[in-house]
Amino acid sequence: MSELTLTGALGLAYWAETSIKLGVALVVIPTAALMLGYLFLLKMMAFMQSRLGPQDVGPSGSLQLIADAIKFLQKEDIHPAAADRRVFRAAPVVVLASSFLLFVVLPTGPDAVVENLDTGVFYALAVSSLSVLGVLMAGWASASKYALLGGLRAAGQLIAYELPLILAVMGVVIQANSLNLQEIVRAQATGEIFGFGFVGNPFILTQFIGFLIFMISAQAELTQTPFDMPVAETELVGGFHVEYTGFRFLLFFMAEVATTFAFSALATVLFLGGWWIPGFDFDAPILNVLGPMVMLAKILLVAFVIFWIRFTYPRLREDQLQKFAWKVLIPLSLANIVVTGIFKVVL
Amino acid sequence: MPQLPGLLKGLGVTARTAARTLFPKRGMRTLIPAPQQGSVTVQYPHEKEAPPDRARGVIALHEENCTACMLCSRSCPDWCIYIEGHKVKAPPRRAGGKARTVNMVDRFDIDYALCMYCGICVDVCPFDALFWTPEYEYSEPNIADLLHDRIRLGEWMETVPEFQAYEQGSEQKVRAVPDFGPEDFAPARKLGADDAESDGARRLASAESDGARRLASGDGS
Amino acid sequence: MSPATVSDGARRFAPGAAALREQQAYVAGQAADARVNVELDTGDMTLNIGPQHPATHGTLRIACRLDGEQVIAAEPLMGYMHRGYEKLCEVRTYPQCTTLINRIDWLGSFANEVPFILAAEQLMGVEAPPRAQWIRTILFELSRIANVSLFLGDMGVQIGALTPVFFAFRDRERVLNQIEEVTGGRFHPNFDRIGGLKDDLPRGWIAETHAVMAKMRGFCDEMEDLLMGNEIFQTRCRGVGVIPKDVALSHGLSGANLRASGVDWDLRRDANPGLAWDQIDWRVWTHPDGDSFARYWVRMQETREATKIVDQLLDSIPSGPIMTKVPLIIKVPAGEAYVSTENPLGEMGYYVVSKGGLGPFRVKIRTPSFSNISIVPWVMRGTYVPDIITILGSLYFILGDIDR
Repeated sequence: MSELTLTGALGLAYWAETSIKLGVALVVIPTAALMLGYLFLLKMMAFMQSRLGPQDVGPSGSLQLIADAIKFLQKEDIHPAAADRRVFRAAPVVVLASSFLLFVVLPTGPDAVVENLDTGVFYALAVSSLSVLGVLMAGWASASKYALLGGLRAAGQLIAYELPLILAVMGVVIQANSLNLQEIVRAQATGEIFGFGFVGNPFILTQFIGFLIFMISAQAELTQTPFDMPVAETELVGGFHVEYTGFRFLLFFMAEVATTFAFSALATVLFLGGWWIPGFDFDAPILNVLGPMVMLAKILLVAFVIFWIRFTYPRLREDQLQKFAWKVLIPLSLANIVVTGIFKVVL
Repeated sequence: MPQLPGLLKGLGVTARTAARTLFPKRGMRTLIPAPQQGSVTVQYPHEKEAPPDRARGVIALHEENCTACMLCSRSCPDWCIYIEGHKVKAPPRRAGGKARTVNMVDRFDIDYALCMYCGICVDVCPFDALFWTPEYEYSEPNIADLLHDRIRLGEWMETVPEFQAYEQGSEQKVRAVPDFGPEDFAPARKLGADDAESDGARRLASAESDGARRLASGDGS
Repeated sequence: MSPATVSDGARRFAPGAAALREQQAYVAGQAADARVNVELDTGDMTLNIGPQHPATHGTLRIACRLDGEQVIAAEPLMGYMHRGYEKLCEVRTYPQCTTLINRIDWLGSFANEVPFILAAEQLMGVEAPPRAQWIRTILFELSRIANVSLFLGDMGVQIGALTPVFFAFRDRERVLNQIEEVTGGRFHPNFDRIGGLKDDLPRGWIAETHAVMAKMRGFCDEMEDLLMGNEIFQTRCRGVGVIPKDVALSHGLSGANLRASGVDWDLRRDANPGLAWDQIDWRVWTHPDGDSFARYWVRMQETREATKIVDQLLDSIPSGPIMTKVPLIIKVPAGEAYVSTENPLGEMGYYVVSKGGLGPFRVKIRTPSFSNISIVPWVMRGTYVPDIITILGSLYFILGDIDR
């Protein structure tokens, strides 16, 4: 719907609109990765450890990641002798593509969305699991035992967290009556809590259990610390990407941070009310400018929590994650769906 | 008393540390971020750490006191001190006395690429010729440059700190660093190898002051 | 295990009988799984953990045979960092030996010097004056705190928590500064001499050290909140790498590893070689479980206890000389002596044989880590790859101490 508006309002041809969207996406994703990487991975971690973090490149070290990226680009591209070269080369691209594709459906304003799919939630969750394929490819093709163990752990982990992730989102979908992310934002904007509708109804209030399960599963999906067994620096020395150097490693790194950004955005859209600002008309054009800012603030909040947990907690063991997922998360999310369904029917 | 779950306590610890690092100021200025004061790290090339006075950074040589007795060289666990010396005739101390023989240092090198910084050489020196200084900035791109000769070692003398006073109940006597001004030092640096004679004469003049101790150095190289 | 040795704190962290049964069932199940898998021959692979691996903090190599992620057999292979210190000591004089000995357990260096010097003193028949013994004990305990506090953070990084190790480095620095102020060396003090000490304490040091000890107790509390109380940490460590009492004794474990298996054995109390430990009030901590968590817990308590020991010793330093009369050129009369002390890692002993020369004729160094990792093949059978790291971390070895 929104793309029609944009095309109609500005009178752009399909190819022009597509190239604009592509250009914005190509700018937004690396910027997002840089911002998260600098703010949280470098600075926040440093402060949590009584350090200063990078200081020398740019003001307060803000250009450090760019310098790092340039360093990675200069490095030699090494393949292990026994590696399956094609798969080895393709793996980081697959991982990065999965996080790029995630950005396609994320709405940041009434019209500011790349592609407003009717099956947005379904698409986002499907595409995000693609990255595991890339991880498995990397682990297998590296011809290294550590990488293989990492890749297999990632694959084994997939089912343990993907299921609760989807089931947690189900509650939101039931409540919003739609798989369309834009419609989910609308449902939160127009909803009411006990007749008081000024701030809408962010689903974190009604779906708090779902939000917790979503955040825990997202932590696993992003291989962040309590569930970073596929990477596991101290056991598998980096797991699936142990054999990667130079810009291929850079791609893995960018994908990791960009996916964190995308998942924070997804959590914002699904549970925190998305880009809508209380008091504004849902379709007000000004929200195309203010919406992304509100989104960004909420995304940073969610990402802060993700990284905070990452810097604080130790890592679980693979079998403990499975036990936790199957004995706690999945029953809990199923119960959440049942309760949501009952309320939906009754109310 | 109900206990907070450890998971939440852990988050509290990291958050508290982050807050302390970012906002170390108290009172009215609490909200001004000042991570430079809050962090515990020293941003090394920009600011320098001050090691304690006893820190074993580099060894300084007070050449006037050295008699080339080789004690330090022999007690070094990895033999990284190289000393060569020769004897010179010195005028008698008192008029009409016997002419003396005094040991002069030609070469006194410490190879810091080998040195283990154990401090045994400084301990065994009976003539107060070697001192520790806390200086630590003398890394070199070329490993051969880590061999400090007697001129370089002499330059470190300027950085030797005074010995600290002892804690209550100690019976140790506080030693003194020999008085040593840069003006005494300047001519010695200019002297070439072939000026050994005049070098010797000059140093003998200063050696007169602690001649009694130097007499004890009969067991030269 | 008599309940008298379990403190209130230990009991708070000790699992109940049900949890103990669960642990035993877990270990038995793992062993059974390992056996079944061998019979079925699902194919195994050899994984070399090390010599270059972040978890071996040095160059230890552990050759594991894995079935999936389960360890069928594990063997520690060492010698990648062998420096031949026993042989090197034979061609050096006694004062020169201490510089080498500093570098065996490089995190608690001063503690290494003490047993060697005590052995030489025993051969020579001299004894250091009381003030020197006191300062020796203080520095000994300071190096214990410096060493073990790093473990308290390092254990976190082994099992995936990023932050604790930075806290450990931050607060260990305070202790190292105190050591440096006295000895001049942060890591390699070379401060102990036959017949006493090199120098006396500088003025103001006692007050500073009291303050640092208070900080270190704060560090322990912080670690308890950040890591030890963390449920994920407990899940990872409870019941992992259980070493029963008899196995621990038969493999020659010592130090906190042995005490975590419930053996109440501490050389500081049981065989004090003349240092000031018997002059003050302190206790030995044990834990009945013998798992990785127990080893962490015991070390945490020992760090706290060490700060108390230091505080008491600082308040009661006798005045007097710090050096007894020894000849300038030290010649040790012929004879043999073995002195061992309770070092941060366990029992460290020096067997010194002298033939009356300037240097020892033979030195045999009994290092704790070498014996402690001999348990690895036994304890790792049937565990998973992540448990290897937990167990290695909690056994806490220093590579220089294994290979010397």
